[in-house]
Amino acid sequence: MSAHPSGLAIETAGLVKTFGTTRAVDGVDLSVPAGTVYGVLGPNGAGKTTTVKMLATLLRPDGGQAHVFGHDVVREADQVRSRVSLTGQYASVDEDLTGTENLVLLARLLGHGKRAAQLRAQQLLEAFGLTEAAGKQVKHYSGGMRRRIDIAASILNTPDLLFLDEPTTGLDPRSRNHVWDIVRAVVAQGTTVLLTTQYLDEADQLASRIAVIDRGKVIAEGTKGELKSSVGAGSVHLRLRDPEQRPQAREVLRLALDADVQLEPDPVALTARVGTGSANGQGAAEQAARALAELARSGITVDNFSLGQPSLDEVFLALTGHDTQARDTDGAAGTAGHDTKDEAAA
Amino acid sequence: MSTATSTESKELAPVSAESLAALLVAKERPPRPSALSASLTFGWRAILKIKHVPEQLFDVTAFPIMMVLMYTYLFGGALAGSPREYIQFLLPGILVMSVVMITMYTGVSVNTDIEKGVFDRFRSLPIWRPSTMVGYLLGDALRYTIASVVMLTVGLILGYRPDGGIVGVLAGIALLVAFSFAFSWIWTMFGLLLRTEKSVMGVSMMVIFPLTFLSNVFVDPRTMPGWLQAFVNNSPITHLASAVRGLMAGDWPTAEVAWSLGWAGLFVLVFGPVTMRLYNRK
Repeated sequence: MSAHPSGLAIETAGLVKTFGTTRAVDGVDLSVPAGTVYGVLGPNGAGKTTTVKMLATLLRPDGGQAHVFGHDVVREADQVRSRVSLTGQYASVDEDLTGTENLVLLARLLGHGKRAAQLRAQQLLEAFGLTEAAGKQVKHYSGGMRRRIDIAASILNTPDLLFLDEPTTGLDPRSRNHVWDIVRAVVAQGTTVLLTTQYLDEADQLASRIAVIDRGKVIAEGTKGELKSSVGAGSVHLRLRDPEQRPQAREVLRLALDADVQLEPDPVALTARVGTGSANGQGAAEQAARALAELARSGITVDNFSLGQPSLDEVFLALTGHDTQARDTDGAAGTAGHDTKDEAAA
Repeated sequence: MSTATSTESKELAPVSAESLAALLVAKERPPRPSALSASLTFGWRAILKIKHVPEQLFDVTAFPIMMVLMYTYLFGGALAGSPREYIQFLLPGILVMSVVMITMYTGVSVNTDIEKGVFDRFRSLPIWRPSTMVGYLLGDALRYTIASVVMLTVGLILGYRPDGGIVGVLAGIALLVAFSFAFSWIWTMFGLLLRTEKSVMGVSMMVIFPLTFLSNVFVDPRTMPGWLQAFVNNSPITHLASAVRGLMAGDWPTAEVAWSLGWAGLFVLVFGPVTMRLYNRK
């Protein structure tokens, strides 16, 4: 890896981008170590894509500075372009062309000769399990195939830095796992990856450091462990048999878990965070078990119980005190699989 | 894209991590392609698009045939005594008019492409920046050539006999295609500037109709009022039509050819940089 002497693939200071009166990116500072996967987590409209576009030289920052491998993204855009690749819903491939044609076209544009381009395209299609679809126009591809060809197009030349802007939004779990496998294979070869996502578990699976971004600002940054301990390791979802018992259940849980308990719109449902303060979720299950026992002792019947990772909404609630819905301005982009819920807690 | 389905990937073969790793290990990075090579590659893309959507050749085949037939028989009797005589005068002019009109589709295709996902990928590549735009125009130059050949064929069938012979005709077409290539930079600009396909069409019509009709394509400008003559005689389309008419008649009209090329150069010099500025700012 030909990293910058500082060992940083990306370094930004006070990065700003405004659209009209909206500050889409409002003073973002990032330091991404080379050779790692760095997760940028945030809801729609948080400024993730705008940040990526500035780093990939597609948008000119209105303020602040950004360097990629030590090159300024505005003044040395060409050097940056030769080191990075980009995959996002806005940076994909030509739908009218076939898979092979797309890859050959891009390989040629990257300077490969005719035969080398053909070979590289064929090898990539093979590695990505797309050989059968190679001669089909990309517009007839499924979502999972589209994402594969998009990523294949981004690694025609092994990039030093790969931007993956919401690579799994809208994919089914299986295709999602395939994309994750690809990301792991790419990183194993030394490429730095900047991954934006709306899903905490995706960042958790792939990234070593995570920045949480909201309203154009980084509101939390750290290793996965650091982030989790600030949010809580997970959340307990409960459904009671009798809605009458909900206020009582809430009180019992509050005491047992020493955490905020939220009332869901569903009159029999409650949610509570567990494992707050522990770095790796240790004790979350024990805490939850204890809480269940307490509920049973108080004569409250629980119909349904689950312990899960905090959703993005819960991370947001914990970090910002407001939920993601308020920021959900562009409904056009693929919406998160997590339901946003009203903040019903008093 | 965001409408991905949930049942789709059933038969999708798994990703081969080993072969992928082997591909990624090869970190050789070829030297960046030359400006010409990148432009030609984008031209190849334009041709591939024609291959996949051959219907888009409709405007360079059916439309020109219609133009020749319509104007020859509509005006022929009235303006020159007979369609057969009129076509000697009309064909080079209607050729110029039709091809220049066809150029406006460039703006539409640029505009629809920006909306699609591939545009930002091109912009993120380390290549000669204008090559994307030059590629469109190279593909379009092929379309202009097809349109010219189609119209000439129809003209020859209707009785058009160019005195300039093959060389004169080829020179005329070459000049027309070169001019149209340069003229199209106006449309790449509008394609990037305007927000919707419809507005690109609307603005293009506003430019193209007066520009092509207010020329010497159909009639000799001497019959027009003085103020209109002033415009018509200095219009680039008039110069181009005279030059093509002269070349096909074997006259080698140096001045008109020079005027046409001069206008072509001016279009590139003015609208080329504006296009690239918009492209970089998009």
